[in-house]
Amino acid sequence: MTFDSNVKYQESHEWSRKDGDLIVVGISDYAQDSLGDVVYIEHPEVGSTKKKGDPFGVIESVKAASDVYMPVGGEIVEVNTELDDNPGKVNESPFGDGWLMKIRPSDPSDYGSLMSADAYQEYTKGLED
Amino acid sequence: MMLQTTPLHKWHGANGARFIEFANWSMPIQYGSGSIEEHRLVRRSAGLFDVSHMGQIMVRGNAAGEFLDRLITSDVSSLEDNQSIYGLLCRQDGGVIDDVFVYKLSGEWLVVVNAANAARDLAWFQTNLPAGGVELTDASPRFAMFALQGPRAIDVMDSLCGSEDTGNVGGVPRFSAVRATIAGAECTIGRTGYTGEDGVEIFAPAEHATAIWEAIFAEAGALDIACGPVGLAARDSLRFEPGFALYGHELTEEISPIQARLKWACNLEKDFIGAEALRLQAEQGVTTRLATVQLVERGVPRQGHTVISGGTEVGYVASGMYAPTIDAYCANVFVASALARIGTELEIEIRGNRKRALVVKRPLYKPAYR
Repeated sequence: MTFDSNVKYQESHEWSRKDGDLIVVGISDYAQDSLGDVVYIEHPEVGSTKKKGDPFGVIESVKAASDVYMPVGGEIVEVNTELDDNPGKVNESPFGDGWLMKIRPSDPSDYGSLMSADAYQEYTKGLED
Repeated sequence: MMLQTTPLHKWHGANGARFIEFANWSMPIQYGSGSIEEHRLVRRSAGLFDVSHMGQIMVRGNAAGEFLDRLITSDVSSLEDNQSIYGLLCRQDGGVIDDVFVYKLSGEWLVVVNAANAARDLAWFQTNLPAGGVELTDASPRFAMFALQGPRAIDVMDSLCGSEDTGNVGGVPRFSAVRATIAGAECTIGRTGYTGEDGVEIFAPAEHATAIWEAIFAEAGALDIACGPVGLAARDSLRFEPGFALYGHELTEEISPIQARLKWACNLEKDFIGAEALRLQAEQGVTTRLATVQLVERGVPRQGHTVISGGTEVGYVASGMYAPTIDAYCANVFVASALARIGTELEIEIRGNRKRALVVKRPLYKPAYR
């Protein structure tokens, strides 16, 4: 299980990474592993604005449909359309090619409140029991 | 309530299984490689399934054949020793209580039933028991049940337990069974399955389950045949593509075999519980029936989603998923019979979005042995 230390996390298992002015968002290795094979991604509308904590899309695995949540508030500026033909990239490369979308944050301080890799790893340990 | 576990539970846990609760059993849903890879492994080589959760009812006595012929829709009485047949248990009104597999063995009948329905089936058998001549036993605890499925499955079985006594498993016709010894234990092996691939189902003495299971993998390994364990998720997608019904989805007490396109599994000439209702349905037609659709847009249809035509609700999804071999999102739907024709355009409502779908020819995947 990988806990990439270059990104920040939240309790609903999305990771966020600063990319210039933008925040790139995906789901953690822990999340993809629990979901199982991903077969479809429902993207948000590019240009739409959402608040921190709002659902922005749905990840459908073989087992179930799961909502994914905004780590920071802001405008969705890009979605990873490569996943349309290859949703399995979320499983193969959750921190790389399997990224979901990019946000232009409305409040840059939101990012600071996310968890570090260590804190997230501790948090997932608590979920095992 | 404690979940029931199969004799292989420890093995599964030690070999990367994720478990889910299914019909009060804790069963592997997938192993480490994931369910889509498990699906593909069965289509290209071989996969081994632990289906020990399924129930086995033994029926004995001089009236056993007649009894089963009255309860089961198919031609049970035509079976010779070591032959098997698929059939349904119906209520008087034709609603389906369960779908079953019946083996005629020497001197007894083995009825394989769904785990979720096992207790209800046994009660139904007891309710309809004649005054004498039939003895019922719930043999489920005695058996572990495995399925080895895939184009290389028979190669593994022949190498493992082919003998002059039993003949090679490869020489056994589909829907026939042999007795053979695996890892020192005598098993009943039926040439059947639930995947659309060639293969076998193995009834093994529960106390020898792990040794037999491991012997199958060892044999595949020695032959350099790719073979791995397969969980319930891939079992579902493997049965979905060739169009096999799953109880609770394509079959329920509210659905008749005629609606579920299982008329072929009913001998309407004979007398069985529900025959009258089904004959009437076959003559007059049914208002709703099963159709298979392929989505034109991306999205995962799932059980309970609404089917729309011309802006109004016309049915519901019974099963839906991404079908790995077809590489498409597909669903089995129950719709008004007029809309079940191939080429009909429908919509499926997924979380408020309507996705276009086309009724397609069944099955999505033609079984390899047909």
